[in-house]
Amino acid sequence: MTSSTGSGQALAEAIGDIVAENTYSLTRDSLVRYAGASGDFNAIHYRDDIAKSVGLDGVLAHGMLTMGIAVQPVVEWLGDRGFVVDYQVRFTRPVPVDPSEGASVTVVAKVGAITDDGARIDLTVTFNGATVLGKAQARVVLAGA
Amino acid sequence: MNPELQGREFPPTEPYLVGREKVREFARAVFSTSPINFDPAAAIAAGYADVVAPPTFAVVVQELTLSQLLAAPDAGIDFARVVHGDQRFSYTRPIVAGDELTATLTVASVKTLGAHSMVTAESAITDASGAHVVTATSTLVVRGDE
Repeated sequence: MTSSTGSGQALAEAIGDIVAENTYSLTRDSLVRYAGASGDFNAIHYRDDIAKSVGLDGVLAHGMLTMGIAVQPVVEWLGDRGFVVDYQVRFTRPVPVDPSEGASVTVVAKVGAITDDGARIDLTVTFNGATVLGKAQARVVLAGA
Repeated sequence: MNPELQGREFPPTEPYLVGREKVREFARAVFSTSPINFDPAAAIAAGYADVVAPPTFAVVVQELTLSQLLAAPDAGIDFARVVHGDQRFSYTRPIVAGDELTATLTVASVKTLGAHSMVTAESAITDASGAHVVTATSTLVVRGDE
């Protein structure tokens, strides 16, 4: 939202271009930190005994944590050129977080569509080679567009 | 789940004051490295009044409304059976530290799918002037007996 006044900005990228990708190492510490930051203290995100009592193999990452980190490559690529006006995901597969190994989540952000004022960025979010979020899309608008 | 929930609007939540340190804490928790989430000077240079919250921060305010829904005595939602299906945030503008936000939940739909029920809840979040900031929409799946 800085310099350009009058004429709108435009993205240099084309449909299909990868704008950002990153891999995040989640640990049990990450889950405790997110629980405190978000206020979501559901015990299945930090206690194996509780997770097992509801039929899980062990502690899972908060879906909202996965959603939160998945959009970060987009936010950082965009910088202060604009903001994420719409962001949606479907939670299709849980992310188990091993107490010693943690979990490695990879995000690939690709231009899905160019719009009048920005773009739709499609996210592929994987853990252990499998997609964990469905229909993960972030629509960005450029300042001054 | 009670199908008559569809269309119900809950009372607005008490105003939530977005603190600068809360924004920074949340930003660290979602692995942000974006300067506008942490540094007021960077945020001001980008045209904002204070540090900018990450896109999913609105869940903190939305959560206050989901608690109302889950606690409604006639809703018939067993929290232990609730699975988060979908989530969406539709913004008019980003949330910044200093915002005083109020959220109002409306039950957009209640559907039954076999033994499971699905409820879609839309929480409209407005600032102190009453202007729309973001709508947070969750679809919750309530697992039935299998």
